[in-house]
Amino acid sequence: MNRARRDRLILVGLIVTGVAVAVGLMLFALGQNVNLFYSPTQVARGEAPVGHTFRLGGMVVEGSVVRDPNSLKVQFALTDGAHEVVVQREGILPDLFREGQGIVAQGQLDGGGQFIAAEVLAKHDENYMPPEVEHAMETAKQLGLTKGK
Amino acid sequence: MLTRLYALASPPRFYRLADLWSRWLLWCGIALLLPGLWFSLLDSPPDYQQGESVRIMYVHVPAAWLSMFGYVCMATMAGIGLIFRSKAASAVAHSCAPAGAAFTFLALVTGSLWGKPMWGTWWIWDARLTSELVLLFLYFGYLGLKAAIEDREAAARATAVLALVGVVNIPIIHYSVEWWNTLHQGPTVTKLDKPSIHLSMLLPLLLMSFSYMALFGAMVLRRARGEILLRERNSGWVRELAMGEKA
Amino acid sequence: MSQFFAMGGYALYVWSAYALAFVVVVWQLVAPWRCERRILRRIARAQQRRGRDESGTP
Repeated sequence: MNRARRDRLILVGLIVTGVAVAVGLMLFALGQNVNLFYSPTQVARGEAPVGHTFRLGGMVVEGSVVRDPNSLKVQFALTDGAHEVVVQREGILPDLFREGQGIVAQGQLDGGGQFIAAEVLAKHDENYMPPEVEHAMETAKQLGLTKGK
Repeated sequence: MLTRLYALASPPRFYRLADLWSRWLLWCGIALLLPGLWFSLLDSPPDYQQGESVRIMYVHVPAAWLSMFGYVCMATMAGIGLIFRSKAASAVAHSCAPAGAAFTFLALVTGSLWGKPMWGTWWIWDARLTSELVLLFLYFGYLGLKAAIEDREAAARATAVLALVGVVNIPIIHYSVEWWNTLHQGPTVTKLDKPSIHLSMLLPLLLMSFSYMALFGAMVLRRARGEILLRERNSGWVRELAMGEKA
Repeated sequence: MSQFFAMGGYALYVWSAYALAFVVVVWQLVAPWRCERRILRRIARAQQRRGRDESGTP
């Protein structure tokens, strides 16, 4: 490789590493702000902004969904395993909304520590399988043949 | 090896080979697309949670992969073109941009069409979606810069630097779903664990991905032929070719 | 058959995604062919013009 080419190769290397370092530092500085939602633990610790709109993400706690039969009001709890936050929602829910599902809700905390959601989005996981397979896995889990999911 | 590569990079030779390869890749792509469509639309199960809407995955995920693959190809060829002053390499780099931008656009819109019924929204400014949108703007920036600079050599250099700078976005797109919490789910096929997708759904996904990849190659090589002609328009072999075309 | 087109209620989303994918891929396959033809014709025209100019001014 001749000298001019080697110099240009070094230049290209410097451009790429330089930009990578700069952007890396920038993202490091942004840190938490890039996250889409706060977790129930962060809410419990008081890290979530009070009186401002923010997003809350977690799993819908099994058996916590209470639907008002006369309106579109729904109440459910979101958990991240450590803490829970009760969410109130009046309006439609996405098709994927169900117990045990990952949910991102946007809204505000009221005085009593409940989250009043103006929007509820469903987060689906990275597992894809036919219903029969899921059914078979659930059955196996209930019979104690496999551990966890 | 290096001398063979140099011979390949000679414009008339590359022009001829690109024709052959792009035809071959086109037929490969179609041959993969037909079974790919068969499996993705007819012979694959609905998802246990998402039902039939999971079929959008078979056009969305390969488009997203190709959007990143295309960018890496473009940046690599641009880098080679910059270092070795190779016309063929920078012609290929230029040719990656329109196809890459098209796949990025496709990934964003099909993702939106999937997000509305499943997540409940067309769009959300999470790290994955935002970084993919930035990728589209990088492609646009590349194409804009290329169009704005009259001198072909200068345009090749300037766009190569932009392509190399933008490469930093690729790992950000890939790892965005792991570094930050997002609405977009984590990786399925590329995670180190065994893929958590059932074989009956992985098959159409892979068929469609390889089909997209072959078609991308066909698109790029065909466009590279045009780029070569533009660069070499004053050389003898192009003149002869053009005369034959007119007659 | 109608069940196939209904896509479990997601017909609008699924079919528009596939239609768009088809349009984008075909467009990106056809455009480079047309682009190459156009460039060749342009070069040929430029050459003819040059040929005329040279023969026109002896």
